[in-house]
Amino acid sequence: MNSPTHAGALTLTYAQAGALALAEAMQADSRIVALGEDLGRGGVFGQYRDSDGSPLQKRFGPERIVDTPISESTIVGAGVGMALAGLRPVVELRVIDFALCAIDELVNQAAKNRFMFGGQGRAAMVARMPIGIWTASAAQHSQSLESWFTHIPGLVVVCPATPADNYSLLHAALASGDPVIYMEHKELWGSRGELVPGGRAELGRGRVVRPGTDATIVTWSRQVHVASQAADELQREGISAEVIDLRTLWPWDKELVLESAARTGRVLVTHEAVQVSGFGAEVAATIAEHTRARVARLGAPRIPVGYSSPLENESRIFPGHIAASVRKMLDSIQYVKSGHNE
Amino acid sequence: MRGARPCLVPLWEFDMPDPSATHLLALYATMVRIRAFEDAAEIVSQGGVQAWGQDASATPALVKGPLHLSTGQEAVAAGVCAHLRKTDLLTSTHRGHGHTLAKGADSTRMMCELFGRASGYNKGKGGSMHIADFSVGMLGANGVVAAGLPIAVGAAQALKLRGEDAIAVSFFGDGAINRGPFLEALNWAAVYGLPVLFVCEDNRISATTPSGDMTGGEGAGARAESVGVAARRVDGNDVEAVSALAETLIAGIRAGKGPRLLHALTYRHKGHISIDTGAYRDPLEVRQALAQDPIGRARKRLDVLGLEREARHAELDAKAEIDAALKAAESAPFPVAADAYEDVINTGHGVWL
Repeated sequence: MNSPTHAGALTLTYAQAGALALAEAMQADSRIVALGEDLGRGGVFGQYRDSDGSPLQKRFGPERIVDTPISESTIVGAGVGMALAGLRPVVELRVIDFALCAIDELVNQAAKNRFMFGGQGRAAMVARMPIGIWTASAAQHSQSLESWFTHIPGLVVVCPATPADNYSLLHAALASGDPVIYMEHKELWGSRGELVPGGRAELGRGRVVRPGTDATIVTWSRQVHVASQAADELQREGISAEVIDLRTLWPWDKELVLESAARTGRVLVTHEAVQVSGFGAEVAATIAEHTRARVARLGAPRIPVGYSSPLENESRIFPGHIAASVRKMLDSIQYVKSGHNE
Repeated sequence: MRGARPCLVPLWEFDMPDPSATHLLALYATMVRIRAFEDAAEIVSQGGVQAWGQDASATPALVKGPLHLSTGQEAVAAGVCAHLRKTDLLTSTHRGHGHTLAKGADSTRMMCELFGRASGYNKGKGGSMHIADFSVGMLGANGVVAAGLPIAVGAAQALKLRGEDAIAVSFFGDGAINRGPFLEALNWAAVYGLPVLFVCEDNRISATTPSGDMTGGEGAGARAESVGVAARRVDGNDVEAVSALAETLIAGIRAGKGPRLLHALTYRHKGHISIDTGAYRDPLEVRQALAQDPIGRARKRLDVLGLEREARHAELDAKAEIDAALKAAESAPFPVAADAYEDVINTGHGVWL
C-alpha cells in the first residue's frame, strides 16, 4: 500500500497512527496529557513520536508528555487524580504484564470512581497497555489479558488491529470520557496501512474484514491478520469464511456477530489469549444463547508463553490452526445435520 | 493567649478572645462536630455487620456494613483542614468521616450516605467507606489502604500544570507506609516538586495489629526524608500544635517549596470497625490514651482561657446538628433499584451482554 487509494490518505505504521491521533487530540484539547516510562524519547515502541521521528515531547513539552519513574501504581493512580482535577490523561503501562502492578488503581480506583462516589466525578482516562506475544520475550512480556478487563464494570476495552483503527479508535477512546483500557499489539507496531486523517470510529462497532457465507471467524487484534490468512487458505478449498474484527471488546458488536452467526450457522471465535476464560467464551456463549449457530473457540493452551521458538509457538495460533478448526466445524455440522436434524 | 490582663481595659474586651483563642474555639467546634457524628454513627451501626465472630443483629442496624470510626483522631482532621480552602483537593482513607466534615461537607448529606439513602453524597452507592464531597474538594475516602496517595499526587500535578492556586492533601494511616504506593507517591511528588501535603495519621495500629511490630526503621518521617520530602512530627492529640505545624507546612507548599509530610501521633479510641471492641489492646495503653483525648485536652485549654461557655455552646450546637442529621437521614428515601445501573459508563449501554 505505497500509493494511497483515498484522497488525503496517509500510509503510516500502527505506532505512527496512534501517535498522530494523540498529537491531534493534544493539539485540540489542552487537558490531554500523557504519562509513562520513557515517553520523553518517544516511548519504547516509538508510539510517542511524530511521523518524522521526532518525540512528541519536543512539541508538547515535558509537562504534557511526562517521563515518569517506574511506578506503575502511581502512573495509573496519578492518572485518576489528574482526571478528577480536570485533565484527560493517557497513561502508558509499557506492556500489559506491567499493568498488573497497577491493578488496584485500574480496577478499584479508575473503574469504580464514578459509581462509588455517586457520579460526583469521572476518571476520564485512556490506559494504553500493549498485549500479545512479542517474539522471544517469554512469559512476563507476552500476555493477552483482555478478559481481565472486560470483566470489570466501568471499563471500556479496545483492541485495534490496523493503523487506521489505531488512529480512529484512539481518538474515540480519548473522546469517550470513560476509563478506557486500550490494548495495542506488540507485533503490530511496524505494520503499515492507510488512514484518512479526520476519520473517526465508534467504540463498540466491529468490522467485517472479508465477507463469507459458510462460516464466521470472530477475532481481534493481531489475530485479525492471522484469521484473514486462514480465510485465504479456506477459500482455496472452496470454503467461504467471513472474518469479523470486533475492534472493541467492551462494548462489543453483538448485532454484527449475531447477524453473521445466524447467516453462516457456524462461528469460530479465536484469540491469542489463553482459551480458558478468555473473552471468546463470552462471545461463544452469547451466540449460543441467541442463535442456532454452532460455535467453537480457539485460543492458546493454558501454559505460560515460553522463550524458545518451539515452546513459544505452542502458544501461537497460526492460520493452519484456524483453518483446521473451521473445517472441523463444517464437518461436524454436517454430521449433526444428517444425524439429528433431518 | 490571655495571660495577665491589664486591669484598666474595659470589661467588654474580656468577651472578645484573642486570635489564637478564637482559632482554638473554631478547632474545638470542628472536633466536637466530628465526635458527635462518630458517636451517633457508632450507635446506629450496631448489629449492622458480621465480623469478629459476631452475627449481624436480627433487628438490622440503620447504618450497615463496616464503619471505620475516627473517634480520638479529631485533632488531625481539624488542625490540618483549618488551613485548607474549598479549592484545595483532599484524598482520604477508609476512616474518613472526620476529614470530610473538616473539609466542609454537610453532615446531613453525609449521614444520609451512611444510611444508604438517595440524598447521600454518593446517592447511596458508596456508604461510609467511600464518603466524599467533590464540591468542597474532598475527593473521597477509599477502601484500599494507601490508594489515596497516588490520586493526590496526580491531582497536585494537574493543579500545577493548570497553574491553579491550590494544593492537594492526602491523609493516610501508619499502616499505609508499608504499601508500595506510599513510596511511589512520595518519590513522585519530590521528582515533580508538587504542591501536596502528606498527612500520616498515626494511630499506632494497622487494623488490629500494632504497627510498631510491623514496621522497620524510623517510620513515616524517615521514609519521607529518604526520598527528599521534608517531614515533621507532631503530637496529633494537641489540636493547636497540629494546626500550627500544618499552617507552616501548607504555607511552604503554597509558596512553591514542594511536598511536605506531617506525621501526627494520635490514637484510635475504638476498634477497627464500629462493632469491634478493640479488646485485643492493652487496657493500660487504652486508659492512658483516653486520658490524652484531644477533645478533653482542648476543652481544658478553653476553660483556662475563660471560654467554657463558648465551648459548651459548640458542644450543644454539634449535638443539635447531628441529631438533625440523624433525623433527616432516617426519613430520607432509599435509592430505587434502577439507580444501580446509573453512573457506570457512557460508552455502550449493555450491562448483561
